[in-house]
Parts: sequence; structure tokens; C-alpha cells
Amino acid sequence: MPDGAQPVLDVRGLKTVFRTRGGEVHAVNDVSFALRPGELLGVVGESGSGKSVTMMSLLRLLPEPPAEIRGGQVLLAGRDILKLDAEGLRQVRGAKVGFVFQDPMTSLNPVFTVGMQIMEPLRAHKGLDKAAAEKRAVELLELVGIPDARKRLYSYPHQFSGGMRQRVMIAIALACDPDVLIADEPTTALDVTIQAQILELVKELRAKLGMAIIWITHDLGVIAGIADRVMVMYGGQVVEHAPVRELFANPQHPYTRALLQTIPKISGAREARLKVIEGQPPILTGAPAACPFRARCEYRHDACDRQNPARRAVDGQPVGGGHDVACHWHAPARTEAAHA
Amino acid sequence: MLDATPAPLVQVRDLKMYFPIYSGLMRRHSGNVKAVDGVSFAIPAGETLGLVGESGCGKSTVGRAVLRLYEPTAGTVVIDGEDVTRLPAEALRRKRPAMQMVFQDPQASLNPRMTLARLIGEPLDEHTDWTQARKIERIQDLMDQVGLNRRFLNRYPHEFSGGQRQRIGIARALALNPRFIVCDEPIAALDVSIQAQVVNLLEDLQEKLGLTYLFISHDLSMVRHLAQRVAVMYLGRIAELSPSKDLYARPLHPYAEALLSAVNEPDPVIAAARKRIILKGDVPSPANPPQGCNFCTRCPKVMDICRTVKPALTEVEPGRLVACHLYGITSAAGPTGASEATERNQQGVTQ
Repeated sequence: MPDGAQPVLDVRGLKTVFRTRGGEVHAVNDVSFALRPGELLGVVGESGSGKSVTMMSLLRLLPEPPAEIRGGQVLLAGRDILKLDAEGLRQVRGAKVGFVFQDPMTSLNPVFTVGMQIMEPLRAHKGLDKAAAEKRAVELLELVGIPDARKRLYSYPHQFSGGMRQRVMIAIALACDPDVLIADEPTTALDVTIQAQILELVKELRAKLGMAIIWITHDLGVIAGIADRVMVMYGGQVVEHAPVRELFANPQHPYTRALLQTIPKISGAREARLKVIEGQPPILTGAPAACPFRARCEYRHDACDRQNPARRAVDGQPVGGGHDVACHWHAPARTEAAHA
Repeated sequence: MLDATPAPLVQVRDLKMYFPIYSGLMRRHSGNVKAVDGVSFAIPAGETLGLVGESGCGKSTVGRAVLRLYEPTAGTVVIDGEDVTRLPAEALRRKRPAMQMVFQDPQASLNPRMTLARLIGEPLDEHTDWTQARKIERIQDLMDQVGLNRRFLNRYPHEFSGGQRQRIGIARALALNPRFIVCDEPIAALDVSIQAQVVNLLEDLQEKLGLTYLFISHDLSMVRHLAQRVAVMYLGRIAELSPSKDLYARPLHPYAEALLSAVNEPDPVIAAARKRIILKGDVPSPANPPQGCNFCTRCPKVMDICRTVKPALTEVEPGRLVACHLYGITSAAGPTGASEATERNQQGVTQ
């Protein structure tokens, strides 16, 4: 496993399938990663790439059936979450691992005040009494930058704007000082100026509280701004994994390369024509016996149809510790000089 | 006055779109949501004007009012020499083929019970008296143009992916050979790898057919790629209208500056070096906009005059229009500006 400190979260060979009438959908296929203390791991992928299902599987948040976690281990501080019973899971969710969902409008309960929703995990997990929970709730709202916090405890979600609601969601996720915060597209529903506020807040909180964060997004711009390491997912698999600067300077997987070229830049020379990834994302029914990207890949050859490539190291470090890629094609030696 | 280019295809002057608010027991008209409050711009034939802003700034309302999908409260919209805001119903109907729209959500804007042939052929049924054979020929021709396989003629929208559905929406818009198309967030609902496909298609069609676009989007990088000129809207008004390369190199209006600085550049080295301007608070309600400049409650460079006098959109550099008191011209804007100048700021500073 990766060098340095013991990972706070260690996911090994996670497999999740959905049983549908059309057959089994292999939504998460052999996903492994480790999250070190205090780091921010970015997870990038398009819709259907398996990034959200992976995170939901970690905490067993998916309805089973139709979902089925078919294998793997999720070690949180050495304990396998996938083996826990309902009570064990309850003690992990919200307490050890906080979750921020994409749409704060639908994930907050409209009929309870914001204060009640922040106090709920405090009373359930920490056993605080009402007065202590209220005090802590005010602290949390102040922490996430909501002015007039004491008064706002008695407001309902609809009285907050989108950005403020997302701040409330973050406050709830942080209520019990989790070791790991999982944020699933937390800024996607927000406008750019509000998104900038939230990103700034997360950077601040991270510096102050030091928890490890998994940040799921489809926006490479967001990743470039906040992540330490990046995991690129496609078709339910990890196709590339690298430290953030390395990934942007020296992408190895044809999908990552193409993805970086399809998005126009905000500065520098204007690109004459956008690069296109032809075709559609794969449908994940049937066992994944070949590379999921092969139908859209410009470097496709025989091996891609015969075998699903395993992750292999690019920089000599162990897989999962440095830069690795799941592709049969070997990119030519780095041409662009990596950024210092 | 606003544009030196001779005879633009689309000329919008002082467009206003107010939505009335009715409240109380008697449902009395108690105010207006000023979704669009005096917007002017021109688009020369064959060009793309980008219209950017955050949700609620009125950009989609501009797009709809320009095509008279809403009845504008005031202002004129001259498209190809005719003021569409004044056209009577029948004349407007005859004008429709020239001005079309591509909608944001192809899932919601395509009738799920119609086949592709009927969807794309609907404008032809409505506006031509062609024979069925000729219509089918045109439909197939359109499908070729937008990159849909001809064999899909009798399929239904649910059988297609998001990107393909957007192609159907584009084919519908193209059916009657329009000159002007309003694209309202046409790529917002699509995945990153599919967005580029649709954008390239729009560019190809523009070149081939000489189309003029009003491209409405919140994606500032994509607008930079597509548009020759860009209008930045805030709370129903245009804050800055500049050539794309000037705006992105050096935004003049403080809101444009903050908006651009908030965009995430997909490059960690640049991202680390960039200074962001973080705006405080949220956008005020368009039902009760601030007195004076509508950005004064959040502007990092706010001055006293901003809280009382509404700045006019003025040419401060060749080709660059900015509505901001920082740029010296302190004349009050429009017919309401003068009275507001003397009014006290009742709103106060909400911070």
C-alpha cells in the first residue's frame, strides 16, 4: 500500500452490481484506492462512470436489492465497513464519515428547521443534550460562514439560498468531527461565484480541521483548484490515478487526455476546434471482459477487445501510491516537461 | 447608437420584461419582478453573441422575449428589418421560420410520443405545403446535417442519449432555414465529453448556413470559445458587453471581473497562482433590486454614487460597453435614472 501514514480509508477491490431486468449492470468494478489523513482526493468521471455509486457503496447507502456489493473491503481505521451490521453502520455513517450530497434542496428535509437537522447527528451520535447540541449547532453554522447563526437555527431550508443550503449541508456533515468527508458534486448545482465561495470555505475548513476529503465532480477545473490526488473513473473502473499536477501535466490514459482537450480554456490562446470524444459512454451490462473505453478510443488495438487492462504504475511507485493507469497502450515517454 | 457595424441582423433596444406579482387576498398587482430591465445589444449577421450570467440574472428571459415567446413589457427587437415586438399574430407566424430556438433540456422539450420524423417534420407541417415525400427528403437531409443516422427516422426520443436528443432539437430548429437561432444553454444538460460534439456541430452549421446565434450559457469557457462578443448580465441588466478576447483578457466591470475570476481553470499550476475575487452574499431579488447600480450590494469597488445613480451602458473603450461609475461617465441612465439620482437610498446596505 502507499507509503507514508496509515490511510484513514482503504478501499480494496470494491465491486457493486445492480440486478435489473435487462441483466446485471456492473456499476463499480474492482475499485481500489486509499485516502491518507488530511488529503483531498478528487474523483472525476462522467455520469454513469460509477463515481457516486462507489461512494454510496462505501457506506452501504444503496438499496439492496437491486444493488449488491459483490466483493471487496472498505477499511475505515482498520475495520471493514462492509462486514458491519446495521447498528455498526449507524455508528459510522454521519459520525466517522460525513456525506455532502449534490443537491442541497432535495437532501435537506423541508419540514424541519435547519437547527433540528444539524442537532440530529449531535444528539444521536454524541449524546449531547438539547442545550449543548444547540450551542454546538451555532458554532457549526458560524464555522461554515452563516451570519446571524443563532437566529438562523430556527429557519427552514426554503428560507436559505442555494449556496447557504450547501453550507448547512457541510455543517451537518462536519457535526461529529468525521475523519472522512465525502462530497458528491457539492458545487455542481451552484452558480460560479457561489461555487467559488464554497470551494474557498472547504479549503479553509480543511486547513482548520484536518479531515480527509473525497471530492466527486465531473468538473476538471474544480479538481485542478483543490485536489491533492485525482482518480479518473470511466465505465465503473479507475482508469487513471495520479497526484494532481502530474495528472494534468502528464495524462496517460487516452480518456484523460481526450477529456482535458475537450474543455475550452478560460485563458491563453483560443482553440480553433474542440477535440471530440466520439461515441457514447458504455452500457455496463455483462461482465467487464474488455477495456470499457475501447469503443471510443483512438489507440484501440486487439488486446483492448480481449482483456480488461489492469492498473499499472507509470512512475515506478506501487499502484495506488503514485501515478498509475489502466490501459494496454503505452503512452510515449513524457514529451511536455512536467511542471516543477 | 450602440453598434457601429452596419445593419446588424438582430437589434435589441431597451428590452424590458416584467412579470407582475399579485399578492394579498384580492390578488392585487403589488409589484413586478424585473427579470429584464432595459437590455440593448446588436448581433451582426453570421456572428455569435454570448450572453452569460448566473441563474436568475434574466439571460433566458432575454432569449425568450427576443423571439417573442414572452410579450415584452417594453423595448424593440428588430430582426432582419422587422420589429417582432409589434408584429400582429399572423405576421409573427410568418416571421417564425426565420427565428428559432434550441432549448436547454432536450428531454423536456421533445414530445415523447412523437417519432423523430414527426418531431423534425412538425415545423414543415406547420409552415409549408410540401408533399409528404418532399418533407421526408428534407427530414433526412436535416438528419444528415446534424449527424443522426437516417435509419432512426421512426424512433422515439427516449431511445436516444442526451447528446443525440440535442441533435434532434437542433434539426427541428434548422428545419425552416432560419437566419437567427437562440441557443438557451444547449449544452448545460450534457456530459463533458458530449458537450464538445454539440458545440462543434453548432459551429459547423453556422459556417455552412451563415447562421446568427444568441448563445445563452453560464459556462464562461465555452462562451469564450464560441462567441465573437459577450454580454455579461447581472440582475436583469447588462454589466458589460465587449469583444470576447478583450473581456476575457481584461474585464472592465467589477462583476465581470469577479465572475471570470471564479471560473475554475483546468490547470492546477494556473489555479494555484490565480487570485480569486470572492463575492460576498447572494444575488438580490429582482423583485426588489437595490437602488442605483444593481451590483452595489456586492461590489468590492463600491462608491457612494453607486448606491444612488444607476450607471448607463456606455462605450468606455472602442467596442467595449460598460455600465459602471468607475469609468468616469456619471450621467444617469434612461428615463428613470434622473429621478433615482435624487432619491435617498432606502434599501440601505445589506451586509
